[in-house]
Amino acid sequence: MVWTKHDYEDIPGTYVFDGKTAHESYNINKMLFTFNKEECRDEFEADPVAYCDKYGVTGDFKECVVQKDFLRMLRLGCNIYYMAKMAIPRGTSVQDAGAAFQGITTKEFQAKLQERADGLIEKLESAGGYWNG
Amino acid sequence: MAKIIGGLTSSHIPAVGNAIENNLQQEPYWKRFFDGYEPAKEWLKKAAPDVVIVVYNDHGLNFFLDKVPTFALGCADIYENADEGWGLKPQAPFPGDAELSWHIAESLVEQEFDICTCQEMLVDHGFVNPLRALYGTLKEWPVKTIPLAVNVVQHPVPTAARCLKLGRALGKAIESYPEDTRVVIFGTGGMSHQLQGERAGLIDVDFDIECMDKIATEPEWFTQFSNSEIMRRTGTEGIETIMWLVMRGALQDDAKLIHKHYHAPISNTGAGVMVLENQY
Repeated sequence: MVWTKHDYEDIPGTYVFDGKTAHESYNINKMLFTFNKEECRDEFEADPVAYCDKYGVTGDFKECVVQKDFLRMLRLGCNIYYMAKMAIPRGTSVQDAGAAFQGITTKEFQAKLQERADGLIEKLESAGGYWNG
Repeated sequence: MAKIIGGLTSSHIPAVGNAIENNLQQEPYWKRFFDGYEPAKEWLKKAAPDVVIVVYNDHGLNFFLDKVPTFALGCADIYENADEGWGLKPQAPFPGDAELSWHIAESLVEQEFDICTCQEMLVDHGFVNPLRALYGTLKEWPVKTIPLAVNVVQHPVPTAARCLKLGRALGKAIESYPEDTRVVIFGTGGMSHQLQGERAGLIDVDFDIECMDKIATEPEWFTQFSNSEIMRRTGTEGIETIMWLVMRGALQDDAKLIHKHYHAPISNTGAGVMVLENQY
């Protein structure tokens, strides 16, 4: 038995959420999915370990959930959107997670985003036809 | 007969919902982004659609990873928004058009798009935020809606080529509906962005601009890229832009460009608003 290789696997610094990842992280994502509901969030809050046990979240997955180590959760294969259901209410935004991946502060991360758009207006003007370009 | 008046594109990021909720549209960070919607709002008012079809992706509200349909169509009279776990306030329910939905489903299956039909479907920020950006925050929505969800979260996701073909089939489906109905299609999401990994924060303004130009005039251009190539260039979440092709495919090849606006960065993304109008 072998997992099929993909040509996206060598994209640097990138973890594509595919069948293999979804398979390995199924239980933890299933637990995170329940956080759409307030009563589930409250139940988790009251006893995180018991909540992990209820959803079969074990080993490294369980450890990082209990420690609220969102970066490690992502590295282990949690889906970013599902992870956000646990992280955002606890004050960790998706930008905070992105910054942590690079070992920089969120402010530095935001500055990098801004840099990506350097020369935006000139580029729009040269492409032509843009409103407010 | 039903008629497709046109289509438009919009970002659907959660931050847009938060900005609207907190009335930040005129703040320096948001102003240019929201200003770009004004001509689209004006056009939409004149277009006066009876039904808006919103092409978007679910982010783990309606669908869990136990069942992931590649394409799923809402076929209900009403669609509820709900708590997504991170504090976005649920919005008033959206009226549907079950008769048109089922007509579309039948036509798509006849055209060999074996779509998943949903008689209950919670709609998340991907669906809600473009409608809020364009119509405002309302207790009663002035238009019927049909959600068309595309899986862009768990690979394998459909190719750009497949999305364009789905759009063409969707166009035929709508235009064969016997009742006089004015339809506008929203293609949502994108543009370049990556949320996770050491490469998080990627935005490719040059590619986004080229994308907007080509999707307006020559959408086939986008279909030359594999999903791996799109992700390599525009980020893992940048793949969302393939959903614009569903909207584009449903329109006439020579649909007229009415409005084009691009802004970056907004939250983690490049954001494009484009309005295309069919010529009758």
